[in-house]
Amino acid sequence: MIKEVIIIKHNGKQYIPDLRNVKLKAPFRGKPEISNVDVDEQALANICPLGAISISPISLDMGKCAFCGECAFAFPDKIKFTQDYKISSNKRDNLIVKEGETNSIVFDNNAIRKEIGTTFGKSLKLRQVSAGGDNSCETELGAAGNANFDMGRFGIEFTASPRHADGIVVTGPISENMAEPLQIAYDAIPEPKIFVLCGVDAISGGIFADSKAINRNILKEIKVDLYIPGNPSHPLTIINGILDLTR
Amino acid sequence: MMIETQKISRISNNQSIDIDNIILLVYTDFYDTAIDLFSHKENHCLSYFAYRDNDNLHFIMAVADDKNHDIILLSHLLKLAEKKELLSLSEKVFALHIFEREIHENFGVDFINHPWLKPVRYPHNRADKNLQINDYPFYSIKSEELHEVGVGPIHAGIIEPGHFRFICNGENVLHLEIQLGWQHRGIEQLFLDNKHNLKLNLLAENIAGDTVTAHATTFVQTIEALANKQVTEQIQLERALAMELERIAIHTGDIGALCVDAAYHLGANVFGILRTAIINFTQLWCGNRFGKSLVRIGGTYFPFTEELKTELLEVLVKFETQFEEMVDLTFRLPSIQNRFDYVGTVTQKQVQLIGTVGLSARMSNSERDIRVSHPNSAYQKFAYQTITQKKGDVFARFLLKKKEIRKSIEWIRNLMDNYTFDVSKTEKPDYNLKLQANKLSISVNEAWRGEVCHCAITNEKGELKHYKIKDPSMHNWKALELSLRNVEISDFPINNKSYNLSYCGHDL
Repeated sequence: MIKEVIIIKHNGKQYIPDLRNVKLKAPFRGKPEISNVDVDEQALANICPLGAISISPISLDMGKCAFCGECAFAFPDKIKFTQDYKISSNKRDNLIVKEGETNSIVFDNNAIRKEIGTTFGKSLKLRQVSAGGDNSCETELGAAGNANFDMGRFGIEFTASPRHADGIVVTGPISENMAEPLQIAYDAIPEPKIFVLCGVDAISGGIFADSKAINRNILKEIKVDLYIPGNPSHPLTIINGILDLTR
Repeated sequence: MMIETQKISRISNNQSIDIDNIILLVYTDFYDTAIDLFSHKENHCLSYFAYRDNDNLHFIMAVADDKNHDIILLSHLLKLAEKKELLSLSEKVFALHIFEREIHENFGVDFINHPWLKPVRYPHNRADKNLQINDYPFYSIKSEELHEVGVGPIHAGIIEPGHFRFICNGENVLHLEIQLGWQHRGIEQLFLDNKHNLKLNLLAENIAGDTVTAHATTFVQTIEALANKQVTEQIQLERALAMELERIAIHTGDIGALCVDAAYHLGANVFGILRTAIINFTQLWCGNRFGKSLVRIGGTYFPFTEELKTELLEVLVKFETQFEEMVDLTFRLPSIQNRFDYVGTVTQKQVQLIGTVGLSARMSNSERDIRVSHPNSAYQKFAYQTITQKKGDVFARFLLKKKEIRKSIEWIRNLMDNYTFDVSKTEKPDYNLKLQANKLSISVNEAWRGEVCHCAITNEKGELKHYKIKDPSMHNWKALELSLRNVEISDFPINNKSYNLSYCGHDL
């Protein structure tokens, strides 16, 4: 017993007190900023193998971005990745960062269904489904509940059964082989429920967007409540995104 | 029988060979040579695959020779117009079962007398489109007393999907069969569809998100071998360092996860915290907790520096103190010992039969470690000594993870103390490397689960014609199935976590 107490003492306080205002250090790559400097636009767009960069005017879609940073290495005066990790939104278009804009990523509060705040504002139980995920977003979702990030303090937890859940968090590009199980899990969740896409693969298919082995038809039927960018999404991005949606 | 040297080709790890210089054998010769090779303990199969080559199916088998520290290549052809039937090698060398199953699934080749010719992953380009993932032919036993338990594909925790089918007598498991394929994303095909080298590099990082640096390193070494590109010593050491950090982080997380399943919350939390320290260092190095964006073809944008060295040594000192304090308590706990000891045993004979690799081999006194048998220049300069356990049970795997963490820290310390990192000794990535035409290259690295092997073949224009990935999980899932024999079904979680095998790495 004494040994246990000593270990607890040595470990000290591990939790991050204020998850809303953590300062991450470079080279962590959060929200990009695009300056107004003139560059060869086509050359810049061609760098991105995921097609996240559009031209005239230049914009970067975080829903397609793997945050590899290659564009910033090639055009350091044009693109810079900040350490801003609050990059989730309920609106797909809000993930697109435009030239010259430095404002934060925002939620469209009018588009958030009323019952989300009233029902899930104090307690939210989620079911996670990996549908072709590479186990990095899954690990970060797990880490969001660990001793450091402790998402449980907000009443946000993951459940074993969809029957006990208030929503679903999808990771991965949605493989053809997982399309049906994902639909079944979603259908098993009682109303009202939310639908969250976590990570670049889930949001746009990411690097797998052109694969013949994926099937994203489920997204035609279901309205997405939250997009959490990243490759994988950082636990701080995940927690802040869920908090911004629900309270 | 001595193997006639004119029947086999030899190649070193991370090298390429003219595809025409790989001797083609008629199948009977191929069969006899393979049987003979695998009768020696020092040889094991790295990869065995087929690809379409004009009117033929071209088969390549890569065998690791631990004694000569090199790789033996064997090949044979099958005309597509001919009846696609071959005598199964798995009947004699069971470790090859998964490779023959994969070839059967992809190309419709029937392996006569194969003991278990079932689908592997239901890929989108499978030979028989009529086969559906929901109709997997599970083994079953007709009995009044026995019942079946089906779990998955979606599991209770935040983990990847797979289906587990248990045949039980009461609480006791007689048989477990694991059906995978749910995670299939068509990665190998994407390697051929895309010509953008950066995109291929990103694909390699996304094969398995918990094995990022090992898959990425194996990929870049495969490509660099094809391009005849020699990266600097520092780059090679940095890649090895990244892989050792990955090993420490995941093993620590696994020890924590096992504590969760043994309801030991202090251990679960402390090991979780310790894992965070390591992956946060990786983030400080390259901006990503999993090492994505660190390993690039021809070099890196994130060279290791003396400042990072100082930081890492501080992280390790703190890690070690807390880690030792926690393991000292955890590994002595009667409740932990009682839960893990003599549960889920796989014997040395069994691991050799099914051909497990990495930790899943070392748990049963089978010394299989690419860092020792086929070391790249990083492990030649800073040698690693393999450690093994004897019992092959959950506790052996638990203990081995602990010991390997210590060993990796020791290796890193040795590197830090005896090497000066300097930005002038590094190189930037090069995505315009020109690959040589008509070559085969192969690279293998010891990731935290076991060996990762990539093999690439180029066409006459120097474009990728075939890309074959093998995650150690391909070999090792069978070990989990065997672990569950005569084990209570409630002990499935601790067995599963003690292996922590990859679904996406298997399904590709």
